Amino acid sequence: MSDKKKELKPNTYKFDTLSLHAGYQPHKNAGSRQVPIYQTTSYLFDDVDHAAALFNLERGGHIYSRISNPTVGVLEERVASLEGGTAALATSSGMSAIFLAVMTLCEAGDHLVVSSQLYGGTVNLFRLTLPKFGIKCTFVKPRDTEGFKKAIQKNTKGIFGELVGNPGNEIMNMPEIAKIAHEAGIPLMVDATYQTPYLCKPFEHGADIVIHSLTKWMAGHGSSMAGILVEGGKFDWMQNDKFPTMTKPYEGYHGLSFAEEFGPTAFTMKARAEGMRDFGPCLSPQNAWNVLQGIETLSVRMKKHCSNAEEMVKYLMSHESVAWVSHPSVPDHPDHELAKKLLPNGRGSMIAFGIKGGKEAGVAFINNVKLASHLANVGDTRTLVIHPASGTHSQMDEATLKFAGLSHDMIRLSVGIEDIDDIKNDFEVGFRAARKPRLVSNQ
Amino acid sequence: MKFKVNNSEVYASTGGRPFDKKKPLIIFVHGSGLTHMTWVLQTRYFAFHGYNSLAVDLPGHGLSGGESLKSIEEMADWVSAVIDAVGHKEASLVGHSQGCLVTVECTSRYPDKIKTLSLMGGAGAIPMNPQLLSLAENNDPKAVDLMMDWAHGPAGHFGGHPVPGLYHINTGTMLAKSRTIQNTLGVDFRACDNYKNGFEAAKKIKCPTLSILATDDKMCPVKEGKKLASLIDGSQVDIIDNCGHMMLLEEADRVLTVLKKFITSNYPPLSS
Repeated sequence: MSDKKKELKPNTYKFDTLSLHAGYQPHKNAGSRQVPIYQTTSYLFDDVDHAAALFNLERGGHIYSRISNPTVGVLEERVASLEGGTAALATSSGMSAIFLAVMTLCEAGDHLVVSSQLYGGTVNLFRLTLPKFGIKCTFVKPRDTEGFKKAIQKNTKGIFGELVGNPGNEIMNMPEIAKIAHEAGIPLMVDATYQTPYLCKPFEHGADIVIHSLTKWMAGHGSSMAGILVEGGKFDWMQNDKFPTMTKPYEGYHGLSFAEEFGPTAFTMKARAEGMRDFGPCLSPQNAWNVLQGIETLSVRMKKHCSNAEEMVKYLMSHESVAWVSHPSVPDHPDHELAKKLLPNGRGSMIAFGIKGGKEAGVAFINNVKLASHLANVGDTRTLVIHPASGTHSQMDEATLKFAGLSHDMIRLSVGIEDIDDIKNDFEVGFRAARKPRLVSNQ
Repeated sequence: MKFKVNNSEVYASTGGRPFDKKKPLIIFVHGSGLTHMTWVLQTRYFAFHGYNSLAVDLPGHGLSGGESLKSIEEMADWVSAVIDAVGHKEASLVGHSQGCLVTVECTSRYPDKIKTLSLMGGAGAIPMNPQLLSLAENNDPKAVDLMMDWAHGPAGHFGGHPVPGLYHINTGTMLAKSRTIQNTLGVDFRACDNYKNGFEAAKKIKCPTLSILATDDKMCPVKEGKKLASLIDGSQVDIIDNCGHMMLLEEADRVLTVLKKFITSNYPPLSS
């Protein structure tokens, strides 16, 4: 016998395998290899005792599809497994996931510190809508790490930001901001839609709650709206008295304390038991299934998205019609080094660039590209373009646009997985039009 | 709820109901390096159906104070002291994995106190893999990763948690990493490895006993569980197919159904 002992290694499944299998056991579903679509509103109880046990969280299972659904449940487990999280809760959209996260965390009178570079709809939620519920927010520029610390107040319940800001590609220093949050005894919530867990797992860098618009790269095909919040399981809700709705007996469930009973899954359990019950932003099983199809090829698609994006960065940087290019792969991008650390598998497929000729040239470019689609989405398999100042962020005034880092010459590009030469050829048509906007514009 | 045993604070989940001295007591004892939260899909049911359900955090674990106890025998005495501390004279015990060693030893030492014994993934001895033991004692997180890998059966590795949205392996990992690994898992693994009295203790047990075993349990295989059960007079055995060592999560409903039938028929609840 050899004296050499074989080193023990865990054989838990890896990312690509989990993308295809996590959360689902065929033998419990009539042997169906594909995840079934449970197109139903409700579920039979065995007897009165069983019904009472389900309603009282005494046992696991489904009651009503507003609260949970078996197809949606597979998606939730799959994303939790890919993120390295303990639990997840899927919602009807990314925006409803953000709203649900905030409402699970906060009460009237509470405060949040929020990155200023966000999707326009998210800005409006934090700036205008949440104050109607008595929740106030202080905005801080994503690169101003110390600013996050200074903005924390006694009633602050969390920090929120997009890891890579929309649309300017400014990156939050997540590990440092997580430290600031944890020193203050509050969680860090990160919208990692642009990255997907293939490019970055925020829990490994200190985040406590991760939010995705699954509509984007995770689903990937521009077919279905969906969102999700994922819990890391490390945050100690009982470390201070800031989160009484997590730690004190909850009247809505016979005096249940979510933190004591559910520990590393407490946030998700509360978001589901209270938030889905009371607000009801549930995901349809058909859309959950569509997202699952997308996740099956996530790593394959993300590699192509990223390689095409890097080709487009080179092309744009050397183009006579382009004033500037923002992408974390560009060496002089202010967050280039941070991106290497946080996004080791690729820097993502969102590019912002400035077109020479300002707003008028931008409009001509958008109106003349044919392959690239002009629409208000990102993360499709197809290449997408938009002029944020007149589209996604058009509800902002001049000052807010400036604070969010937007300019009138900015084009937001979501690079698809078409043949790279076809994308470049299409852009040439747009740039030619932009150079002679009044002659070529099709308006 | 919190109370003191041997001058040290103890945390025990009551399953969401206030403790009521009139109700019969069930004590749930967790496995190595884990906490009361592993029992959440069993304890709440009993708490709402006529029992005091106490899922304890062993000393130095979860939300309990003090330092981890270094031997199974000390843990067995500690469980007996818990019964005294909450003002009861008797209890039904439920253990998982290392918790089985503890409850078997406790039942043999305090036969008049223990009215029923339920063992999940139990064996008369749990010798540890030397490498795994060394990793845990050296605070290496790989010990937790290995434990979670081995503790889940092939089906459990895919997931399919009975509570929608929870992912087994990551949740277990987070529980086991919630305190310093060498002070919880390391001490527990050493206590399991050192314990040699399981089979002798089993021979002394006279109360109704149930063993729930799982076909894909690599940590306490069915063969070992049956061997232990064969030494206990009148012991019942229930075997779950396609399930690993973490049966209380992997097949939580099945476990609860079997447990409910066994405990309610041998140690009835306080009827409302």
